[in-house]
Amino acid sequence: MITPTHYMLLSAALFIIGVIGVMVRRNIIIIFMSIELILNAVNINLIAYSYQLQDVIGQVFAVFVIAVAAAEAAVGLGIILAFYRNKETVNIDEMNLMRW
Amino acid sequence: MTVFYLFASIAVGASLLVIAQRNPVYSVLLLIASFGALSGLYILLDAPFVAVIQIVVYAGAIMVLFLFVVMLLNAPQEDTEFDARTHPLLRPGPMKFGALLAAAFTGELIWALTRAGGGSGGFAGGAVSSVEALGRILFTDYAFAFEVTSVLILVAMVGAVLLARRDDRPGSRF
Repeated sequence: MITPTHYMLLSAALFIIGVIGVMVRRNIIIIFMSIELILNAVNINLIAYSYQLQDVIGQVFAVFVIAVAAAEAAVGLGIILAFYRNKETVNIDEMNLMRW
Repeated sequence: MTVFYLFASIAVGASLLVIAQRNPVYSVLLLIASFGALSGLYILLDAPFVAVIQIVVYAGAIMVLFLFVVMLLNAPQEDTEFDARTHPLLRPGPMKFGALLAAAFTGELIWALTRAGGGSGGFAGGAVSSVEALGRILFTDYAFAFEVTSVLILVAMVGAVLLARRDDRPGSRF
């Protein structure tokens, strides 16, 4: 029988995979995709509990999360493009303009 | 029940491959597969509207944007000499610390969830959550948040255009 715990474990697994991706990879595009994975892990929890509690508000929140993810992807990819024009790289180790 | 395990294993496997791939194009395609499996899970959870939005907005719009940027930059490999020499898990400093932190967090989460698992019980199930109910709440209780989101998307759009624009004026850094 599938319980909310199953969905929480799946959500935690995707969240951890996203965190590992952010930590380990150095291609900034892959790091962005890992952030999308993290946002999706949150969505699974919201929808699972929306179903468990029979309350549609969880789905409303999930829609907001998706909208914010779209905005974030647009701005982030714009930054990547602008950076690539200056430095000709997508390696995050080269992005140290704001490092003190 | 088997459907849950099918979709969950596709999602986790594809997500693992996303961060394990060397070529970003494969990563994007695998991430689309992962989002498709998640969309199936949303249908299992009686949320058809979010499932469709997941396919249309995530797999359709956002991932195509990613694919576009990956192909525009034409930078398929992130390998440096450092990457060729060392395995990802054997790298020094912050990277190893991050992997360690993630492993510890996984262990804690599994411990907490399996301990509390007995009390959480099965799904209540029952009434169908309709798109009508979702729309009604979205445009009444959460109308302000909805409008703020529209402003956010407008700002993001203007920002993206401004960032990606090539400025030919002398003295400009972009």
